[in-house]
Amino acid sequence: MSLNLHAVRAIYRFEMARTFRTLMQSIASPVLSTSLYFLVFGTAIGARMGAIDGVDYGAYIIPGLVMLTVLSESISNASFGIYLPKWSGTIYELLSAPVSFAEAVLGYVGAAATKSMMLGILILATARVFVPYEIAHPWWMLAFLLLTAVTFCLFGFIIGIWADSWEKLQVIPTMVVTPLTFLGGAFYSINMLPPLWQKISLFNPVVYLVSGFRWSFYGVSDVNIGLSVGMTLGFMGICLAAIGGIFRTGYKLKQ
Amino acid sequence: MQPIIAAETVVAIAGLTKTYANGHQALKAVDLEIRRGEIFALLGPNGAGKTTLISIVCGIVTASAGSVRVAGHDIGTDFRAARAAIGLVPQELHTDAFESVWATVSFSRGLFGKAPDPVHLERVLRSLSLWDKKDARIMTLSGGMKRRVLIAKALAHEPQVLFLDEPTAGVDVELRHEMWQLVRELREHGVTIILTTHYIEEAEDMADRIGVINHGELVVVEDKATLMRKLGKKQLTLHLQGPLSQLPPGLSGLPLELADEGNALIYTYDTQAEATGIAGLLRRLNEQGIDFKDLNSSESSLEEIFVSLVRGPRGRETA
Repeated sequence: MSLNLHAVRAIYRFEMARTFRTLMQSIASPVLSTSLYFLVFGTAIGARMGAIDGVDYGAYIIPGLVMLTVLSESISNASFGIYLPKWSGTIYELLSAPVSFAEAVLGYVGAAATKSMMLGILILATARVFVPYEIAHPWWMLAFLLLTAVTFCLFGFIIGIWADSWEKLQVIPTMVVTPLTFLGGAFYSINMLPPLWQKISLFNPVVYLVSGFRWSFYGVSDVNIGLSVGMTLGFMGICLAAIGGIFRTGYKLKQ
Repeated sequence: MQPIIAAETVVAIAGLTKTYANGHQALKAVDLEIRRGEIFALLGPNGAGKTTLISIVCGIVTASAGSVRVAGHDIGTDFRAARAAIGLVPQELHTDAFESVWATVSFSRGLFGKAPDPVHLERVLRSLSLWDKKDARIMTLSGGMKRRVLIAKALAHEPQVLFLDEPTAGVDVELRHEMWQLVRELREHGVTIILTTHYIEEAEDMADRIGVINHGELVVVEDKATLMRKLGKKQLTLHLQGPLSQLPPGLSGLPLELADEGNALIYTYDTQAEATGIAGLLRRLNEQGIDFKDLNSSESSLEEIFVSLVRGPRGRETA
């Protein structure tokens, strides 16, 4: 079965055009809010904090903050991308086109992940203005960023298909993902927690992402690096399996 | 003598059935063949199954049973080739708001697997009088123009079959006639057109063949001219001086029936026939000594044919 590459390209371009059309909302505002985090936590509060694992606090929180933004933006952008045509009714065209589900995922998730990568790199560049930092393993850093962006764009895509109201579209990002990210060690090392909370934290998938990402910067991590990669790939596998299920049943897309 | 070759079938629907999750049976084993190059009008009241039928052929709704082949390709097993042959203009004005006209038709062409072709897109936009609006955002266009943008999107990938679901719903008279003209032009370019409509006038004006669907069943499929001839009958009603208990033998063999408890005679005749036979009827009535006090005639329009089909015995079952 040949791939309808024209369709993948058309969807990708359409989504990227949407990104650039809403440049303020899609790029500038996450960059601004992350800069505020750096100012408050990094510079103002960080000046009174000691180093963690030998890393200055301002620099320590950079990977976590990048992850925080990439995670939430991946979910919201990918879910919005597929929810919008459902809501406006323009989805009829996608459903009637000679496009397989895999091609639609490639186009929508590909564009959302591209945007997330752009955001992540932009935030890293912004952070450099506030805090001098080094990246110990730049290729691993990019690999983690890409893996996270793709995984959570897939997750967002699933939410966008599942949601049948604007409220549902928001509920998982705000009620589940945001708490998990804040408790995922973005601002602290989980080793600073009491033993019981350290154990509970290990059930939080975000811990593995942040820890792995931080390792690529400073060579220090809360959990084993192999475990981090494994958990991220595992979550990606779950998302792909869920999407496969949607593909087979036409769930919520076709009657 | 040359054998009669049936026109090539471009859409073949067999035993198509759809039962929705709520138990509503929208289509009941529908069989239908659409010929290449024709304009086929699908008529039916609201909720008859018109949109469900179109949605299944176009891949938006999954059939419960039956098969559909478009240009020889099964819509399930060979969905890419089948769908690439189809263009769909939906009933509702579902358009992107912020995209430009040019961007949205380019998107449609790519989505249907065709390489960019600015020359073709320009031709489509010009034929729809949209060329000077190609850079306008869709949200700034009027309703009529949005409808044309949807048609342009459906034509962007050069489909063989075009589905128009209620193309002139909520469209003013002038634009409606423009739309009819456009549909005829498309047919001249070899596009097969299937349209659903509420406006009988529209079908009467444009269609080559007409199908009437009601309660998920195709009640009739016929050439428009044949349908009009077959069902487009004229009736002469004679109001009698005195009631008749039965038709006198002298009048047998004529298309006559008693009505109004024997107080009226209804004579049905073919409007297309050369002789109506009215003179003969009146002569025979005179011979039989049957007097009448008044007479009137009526002709059925496509609208009446439609109403009689939809309200007919089959229609009443579930109504």
